[in-house]
Amino acid sequence: MLPPAARLAARRLLGICSSSASEAAVSRLAPFPIAAASARGPVSSARPFSTALNYHIDSPENKPDMKWEFSEANMKKVKDILSHYPSNYKQSGIIPLLDLAQQQHGGWVPVAAMDAIAKIVEVAPIRVYEVATFYTMFNRTKVGKYHLLVCGTTPCMIRGSREIEDTLLEHLGVKRNEVTSDGLFSVGEMECMGCCVNAPMIAVADYSKGSEGYTYNYYEDLTPKRVIEIVEMLRRGETPPRGTQHPERKNSGPAGGNTTLHGEPKPPPCRDLDAC
Amino acid sequence: MAFLARALRQSNSRLSSRCPAVAASCRWISPTAAAGSPEAGAAVAPADPEMPPPREPVGGARVELPPNPEDALEVFVDGHTVRIPKGFTVLQACEVAGVDIPRFCYHSRLSIAGNCRMCLVEVEKSPKPVASCAMPALPGMKIKTNTPVAKKAREGVMEFLLMNHPLDCPICDQGGECDLQDQSMAFGADRGRFTEMKRSVVDKNLGPLVKTVMTRCIQCTRCVRFATEVAGVQDLGMLGRGSGEEIGTYVEKLMTSELSGNVIDICPVGALTSKPFAFKARNWELKGTETIDVTDAVGSNIRVDSRGPEVMRIVPRINEDINEEWISDKTRFCYDGLKRQRLNDPMIRGPDGRFKAVTWRDALTVVAEVLHQVKPEEITGVAGKLSDAESMMALKDFVNRMGSDKVLCEGNGPNPPADLRSNYLMNTGIAGLEKADVFLLVGTQPRVEAAMVNARIQKTVRATQAKVGYIGPPADFNYDHEHLGTGPQTLVEIAEGQHPFCSALQSAKNPVIIAGAGLFEREDQDALFSRIETIAKKFNVTRPDWNGLNVLLLHAAQAAALDLGLVANPAESIKSAKFLYLMGADDISLDKLPEDAFVVYQGHHGDKAVYRANVILPSSAFSEKEGTYENTEGCTQWTIPAVPTVGDARDDWKIIRALSEVAGAQLPYNSLSAVRDRISTVAPNLLHVDERELPTISSEVKPPAKQQMSSAPFKTVVENFYMTDAITRASKIMAQCSATLLKK
Ligand code: SF4
Ligand code: FES
Ligand code: FES
Repeated sequence: MLPPAARLAARRLLGICSSSASEAAVSRLAPFPIAAASARGPVSSARPFSTALNYHIDSPENKPDMKWEFSEANMKKVKDILSHYPSNYKQSGIIPLLDLAQQQHGGWVPVAAMDAIAKIVEVAPIRVYEVATFYTMFNRTKVGKYHLLVCGTTPCMIRGSREIEDTLLEHLGVKRNEVTSDGLFSVGEMECMGCCVNAPMIAVADYSKGSEGYTYNYYEDLTPKRVIEIVEMLRRGETPPRGTQHPERKNSGPAGGNTTLHGEPKPPPCRDLDAC
Repeated sequence: MAFLARALRQSNSRLSSRCPAVAASCRWISPTAAAGSPEAGAAVAPADPEMPPPREPVGGARVELPPNPEDALEVFVDGHTVRIPKGFTVLQACEVAGVDIPRFCYHSRLSIAGNCRMCLVEVEKSPKPVASCAMPALPGMKIKTNTPVAKKAREGVMEFLLMNHPLDCPICDQGGECDLQDQSMAFGADRGRFTEMKRSVVDKNLGPLVKTVMTRCIQCTRCVRFATEVAGVQDLGMLGRGSGEEIGTYVEKLMTSELSGNVIDICPVGALTSKPFAFKARNWELKGTETIDVTDAVGSNIRVDSRGPEVMRIVPRINEDINEEWISDKTRFCYDGLKRQRLNDPMIRGPDGRFKAVTWRDALTVVAEVLHQVKPEEITGVAGKLSDAESMMALKDFVNRMGSDKVLCEGNGPNPPADLRSNYLMNTGIAGLEKADVFLLVGTQPRVEAAMVNARIQKTVRATQAKVGYIGPPADFNYDHEHLGTGPQTLVEIAEGQHPFCSALQSAKNPVIIAGAGLFEREDQDALFSRIETIAKKFNVTRPDWNGLNVLLLHAAQAAALDLGLVANPAESIKSAKFLYLMGADDISLDKLPEDAFVVYQGHHGDKAVYRANVILPSSAFSEKEGTYENTEGCTQWTIPAVPTVGDARDDWKIIRALSEVAGAQLPYNSLSAVRDRISTVAPNLLHVDERELPTISSEVKPPAKQQMSSAPFKTVVENFYMTDAITRASKIMAQCSATLLKK
């Protein structure tokens, strides 16, 4: 953490940069200024971690002594999942089972579900807790029907993911990992989801239709405006087109068509492939 | 002198142990060759000035090479050749070569995790430094431990470890015996480059024994592996990932293991420390006395750390045959009971029912006077469960001299099988249990009766999937077991071969039967034991090369008392007693005692029996006297005085010796060695200290029991693991444990 004076100075400096450079350079580089990150201010007082707490706190909807079971349909899936592993290595099924439990339980796994899984795979509950806390895609506290995961890793950050997150948080009126009062949305953070070419991006985990209609879609090439549109479409129950949101881009190809590789690539100049 | 000889022998046995890990606090870690072993350095003049002289193995370790030369291999450590058995890791090879590799996560008794990276060494032809603890040694490997690469690697790891470590050594209880402190002095850089905020971690509540300061944790996972592998309770885990990683239970939960205190020793930093010892003393102020524990019949080897007249803490010593390097929580934390409720003056109960302190002379005269007014057969002596062999010998001699033969030791029941040593000892030996493949536990709950024996069974079950069958009331086990039944009926079924468990016994190579000493208290114990012997015969439990028939005793005094022949029937002796001499006996039922009986209580704590006593004679506790104890496997050990006694207390045998003189029946010994001479005529094995005198097997000699077996189910013998004797009942920590940790 920088001392307060230094922090102030840094912010000033960024402010100067953005105002002078915004007209010329930035518009060419990206649809939004790099300096957007500065608007966020100090992230939080501690080092920011994307994961939630690593211990359980009792709440009315999440208590260890609650009863939790897989639904009948999912029990079949459980059997199927476990059939992939030898019977003495049932614990290999912890991750798929946690995933299934998360889909069934509206996007998050309560402790009671972890305990139930521990029973199924015949290990001590702590072994399941270890797995569930390790993987950030398992939510251990309540999330919205649509859980929006903003990528926060370097390429997306450079392309303005912090502004995307700020926009989302402001638009929905929540803090990170908080659920909107209608229970529809929550915003979380994720590390690189392998989509850097179309950065910035968010992933939307849709739990509104249970584990049958569960989807997990990427929305790429976002702008603050577009991300609000997507949220509103989701709110109306529509399905926004997934993938890149750039009007001229197709999948992850260059915007406006290919700029290179117009024809067959030239063969290597000094190598006779047939002779090799 | 004897004391010295023993200390010497102790240190020898310690040297021969291969893994000096618990002695971490006294392990000297040095990055330079010269300091490692001065004699070795002086003896061999280095031929090559560049090359350091060869060193002695770390901690005097001895390696036994397998008989088949195929199974051994040769590696080079810093240019010196060492031969090691196949399957050794690089770290072990270095230890044999006398190079102490720094380490945090590696622990010789736990599985290998390889996650701290402190043990990096350079191996020729390997592109990167190698984590020596997890790398098997391969033939011809050239290991280098003091090259720039290795040094730089360690320094780097150290810098990373210290990055998030709070460096609060001045307020840390581990200070002075901290692996991180020692190793950063020896291997770390003199400054770090990390200027960011350090992380902080929420402390966990693990109960009244273990204090946590989780910010200090370096994520070595030793505690997690200990809890899972040794304690057999899967409570602790590693939660989260990356720099958010922390040790915890996720859902708040106390650590309900009877071995939980050991995580204090294995934690290389100050993350897990002793709660009762917190901020009480610094470890360099303490004087260590190597002695043994008497709170159960195992006789765990301990070191009593004292400051002045006060016992500050108790830590384990390595004894591969008995407690390895663990001790139970009762052993470790009962010490505050040594300071509370102590009797420090001889006292006589006045007519108003209150005790008045008197001089020794007055007290002894009063006792002697009463003694002469009763008939000889009305005299009864009872030794308590913490008594040493010397005082039991003196008590027996004294009572016999007064014309009575009613002298007994509490817990041995009406008719103990004292004729043959093999009938009341753990014949397999505690370490021998590791060879067993089927256990049959009869009326014993080893987890509460003898936690260290239970740890061995747990270890065996974990390592070899040995089967455990248990007959007795529903009980808590920390390993897989089959509850076969609750009473003698099941025993009959097994003896007749009708029980499903018979097939397990039948196919076992080394079956073990462990009968609880709680059975001694039953009227039908003869019948029970003869039934157990039938089972033993039927399933080949006792063979010339394997004796799997065991009795698990409950108290420290029990084995020696049976050796010495303190075997009167308690019920009858108490009923007819007019003069009752209780030598630390608190748990014997006094309901039947005649109203007008005169009770002398000689002991160190104002415990149960004091309420009935007429005269109190204060004696010293196990931490204050030299005494001989025999543990449940028949191994004789001595306690060594660590602190002075309180007040006017005296050693038990001396009190009886003095009383005998006042009573006009002087015992013929004036010194400890003279008492021991006397013991040698009764039970010579009690003089062979630190040796297990093997009992001869001769179940044939025993006449067949004609008793009727009752159908009453077996009872739970130890209701409260934390409070079993006068010392533990006086302990505040033990009271806290029973209040918070025992399941209601
Ligand atoms: S608490 Fe101690 S033993 Fe456990 S992981 Fe942390 S440093 Fe290691
Ligand atoms: S950095 Fe956001 S997807 Fe890779
Ligand atoms: S001791 Fe080898 S990695 Fe920790």
